[in-house]
Amino acid sequence: MQQVVQEIKNLSIGFTSKKGEQISILKNISTTINKGETVGIVGESGSGKSTLALAMMGYVKHGLFTISGECIYQSNDILKMKNRELENIRGRKIAMIPQNAGQSLTPNLKIGYQIDEALRLHTNFQKEDRDVKISELLNKVRLPSPEIIAKRYPHELSGGQQQRVAVAMALAGSPDLLLLDEPTTGLDVTTQAHVLELLNFIAKDTGTSMVYVSHDLGAIAQVSDRVIVMYSGEIVLDGPVRTILKNPIHPYTYGLLKSIPKLTLSGLPNSMSGSQPQPGTIKEGCSFYDRCEFAEDKCKINTPELEFVSELNTSVRCFNHKKLHKKKDEDTKSSKKVLRKLTKNEILDISSVSISYAKQKFIEQLLNKIDDTNPTVKDINIKIDKGETLALVGESGSGKSTILKSIAGLIKAKNGIIKFDKNKILSNDLKKRDANYLRAIQLIFQNPDESLNPNHTVEEIVSQPLKLYFGLSGNELKQKIIEVLKKVRLGEFYLTRYPRQLSGGEKQRVAVARAFAAKPDIILCDEVTSALDVSVQAAVLNLLQELKVDFGTTYIFVSHDLAVVKAISDRVAVLYQGRLCEIGPSESVYKFPSHPYTEVLLGAVLEPDPDIKPKLVAEDIVEEKPPEKGCSFQGRCPRLLGQICKTDVPPWQIDENGNAIRCHIKINDLKNQQTSN
Amino acid sequence: MLILVLKRILLGLITLFIVSLITFVGVEVLPGDACTTYLEREAYGAALEACYKRLGLDIPAYERYVSWAIGVIQGDFGYSLSGEMKINDVLGPRVKNSLVLASASILIGIPIALLLGIITALWRDKMPDIIISTFTIFSMTIPEFISATLLILIVAIWLEWLPGIVIVPTGASVSELLPNIILPVIAISMIMTAHMARMVRSSVIQVMASDYVQMAILKGVPYWKMVFKHVLPNALLPAINVVALTIAWLLGGVVVTEVVFNYPGLGRLVIESISNRDLPVVQALAIILASIYVIINLIADLLTLMLNPRLKSLQIKK
Repeated sequence: MQQVVQEIKNLSIGFTSKKGEQISILKNISTTINKGETVGIVGESGSGKSTLALAMMGYVKHGLFTISGECIYQSNDILKMKNRELENIRGRKIAMIPQNAGQSLTPNLKIGYQIDEALRLHTNFQKEDRDVKISELLNKVRLPSPEIIAKRYPHELSGGQQQRVAVAMALAGSPDLLLLDEPTTGLDVTTQAHVLELLNFIAKDTGTSMVYVSHDLGAIAQVSDRVIVMYSGEIVLDGPVRTILKNPIHPYTYGLLKSIPKLTLSGLPNSMSGSQPQPGTIKEGCSFYDRCEFAEDKCKINTPELEFVSELNTSVRCFNHKKLHKKKDEDTKSSKKVLRKLTKNEILDISSVSISYAKQKFIEQLLNKIDDTNPTVKDINIKIDKGETLALVGESGSGKSTILKSIAGLIKAKNGIIKFDKNKILSNDLKKRDANYLRAIQLIFQNPDESLNPNHTVEEIVSQPLKLYFGLSGNELKQKIIEVLKKVRLGEFYLTRYPRQLSGGEKQRVAVARAFAAKPDIILCDEVTSALDVSVQAAVLNLLQELKVDFGTTYIFVSHDLAVVKAISDRVAVLYQGRLCEIGPSESVYKFPSHPYTEVLLGAVLEPDPDIKPKLVAEDIVEEKPPEKGCSFQGRCPRLLGQICKTDVPPWQIDENGNAIRCHIKINDLKNQQTSN
Repeated sequence: MLILVLKRILLGLITLFIVSLITFVGVEVLPGDACTTYLEREAYGAALEACYKRLGLDIPAYERYVSWAIGVIQGDFGYSLSGEMKINDVLGPRVKNSLVLASASILIGIPIALLLGIITALWRDKMPDIIISTFTIFSMTIPEFISATLLILIVAIWLEWLPGIVIVPTGASVSELLPNIILPVIAISMIMTAHMARMVRSSVIQVMASDYVQMAILKGVPYWKMVFKHVLPNALLPAINVVALTIAWLLGGVVVTEVVFNYPGLGRLVIESISNRDLPVVQALAIILASIYVIINLIADLLTLMLNPRLKSLQIKK
């Protein structure tokens, strides 16, 4: 019999609505966490996964309360404990690693103090022993020179380092159970892969049980032994990681997995229609009924219970789960092919563009002198054909969004020329651009919450470009708005809605509609899907693809998510520190990533498959600014050739597939080295 | 860091220059001057000419400004027009009196404001918060000339505990002043305290809702330790600037309160000299008040810079 660390029994947590109704966020959750086990809790935003993790520490957020049930730790209900008792459990027996370590470390206290605080509270060490222990802990989470780190303030560390400090702090009390709330969300791909690898190591090394909460099935696959899938406050699936990810017998999990873009598949993922119901709206029947492709009439009236399927060692909440038992991967392969309408019509020509964020000093401004020895973005040469989707990828700080903004005219490029439609030069000053060019290039932002005016209705939002560029008014304008909204599959009744009344996916559709209303030739997409849930992301990607086919629009698509990029792009440009490393047709870049940085990036991508481990080939050091001389990637390159990389800018080389890379190593040698590893 | 301080001081000096210019021009364009006020109905012909000559008002305005500005830089504000006294002698005791009043209000007001702000934030939406917040909002909404008059009515006239107005000579010593300023101090600090308490409250509430406070709770940090180590240092930092602004605001409040209580401070002098068209005194006062404003804000900025590790390291990096 396995030792149980925590047992959750029939837990319901909710709030009282303005009408006085009791609304549940968690509904009747029962599960156990065993000793030494890592349980992944996965679900989209609003599924109640974080509330569940916090409840396991006896913490219920302001405004929420426990309706029924208990969280048993060492035969006591944690939810009924007094603060005094909780203080002895939190950090000592059960510790939390928060989502955003940068915001979860107190800004005015040094790293060393914050770890020391946990040690003082939860151990009996004397001062000298504690100092030793702090260094030990920081060493354990693989932070270089612990003594220096301990003296730093949180904001002086990079995101990955902050996350490691949070891990060290959680380990200070040697807890039995670690709760991790999206610990790698917001980190760069390579950093994320390193942090996950560290967590795996710690789980093995200390034997601590872990509860890993995430929306990212890729991360869940890497760390978990068991996975719990949550939907609308309920557990819908609970079983071993391989069963859940390879034979998902709940329709939601099945759909979710199909909607994730993967490196191993080509084309766009299938999208799941609809979105998660608001808490309190489902009174009877299965909460997934509206979106389920296997739904029957009984699902609408009867609420399914969690049922244990012994041959798969999995609990599932579905009447029809048997239909899915044998339905393995056959469908995922039939994901939609990307339709391409490639022409050899150059629409945008970016040549030797450099952009610098460095502020000019007052005197230099007077003398009109520009310091351009080491600009943030340097020497970008890209030609884009009409109807093409070019993706710019790279980690944060790679300059991908900066390039996008300079095309849009929001940032002035320092050097270089951007030509539109073969010979029309776009001024780097937005005010000097012709209205027709402004119309021709539209931008869709990452976060629709911030890019849509909260005081405007959908009608007003979409009407702006129509009024501005086409001078439409009255009935004509209204008809056009309805037409544009129909294109993004939003009905007429959305006209009077405000952004806050829309879901995340709907908001992004409005943003897409606003961009397309201008009948643009080029649409710049800046991380357009990264604020969305996976199932919604797939829908938006599909929408963008359809619109492209209809209108022949050219996309420049910026994303940090390499799988998304693979699904949507025709050509990929890989950037590091504002310099191009590799550019080529996406199929061949993904198949033969020649440049060492592309290799590092692709190696770190997490697939939602526990049997595909990420390859960590380079350290996840964060560089503050590009090196002044030589190759931009010299600081992290796993295949560093020698002095030449530090002094000379590498030349362009092109292989037979059309991949161009910038590296001192011969392109064929690189391929041989990679295959021999 | 040093460069920053110098930059701020330079900026302050420019502010002062502009203030002096505006007050000079302002008083200059107003109809009437010191002589017409002083001579009243005889302000014509030879008498007026003589008065202009005596006060130096016959010289062109810009020349007067320049010579005045040179004097100020040397620490000499010149002569008052009406009283024909050295302005430095007029201002000296008044500045002291006002400083006594203001610092007493600040010394009492700030600690009470912090305490009330923290209490209302920690017991948010509970009884202590509801009672104190009602009181603070109430005292914020009543203008000081009403609350001051009400105070006189209740404490001085009905209860007869304290004198209603201040009857001390302008040159009175601090120990003579103190017993007399209880009512004015209460009147001034009521509004100031209420303002600051509200600011502190919202700042503490904001920090209490932050991720790092939640993290401290989940780390098992006992409540009061969390409040003192994790909440207050971060919540009170932004409050420093608010306090500075409130103190600067207090300068304006002092004017009204001093008049109501007949207190011989700067405020009353401002009113008196404006009605006398005593340009040099008005200018001197404007410069003094503006410099206090600039200095207080400078101190607040430097304090924030020193106490906030984030800003500090940013500065060092530069």
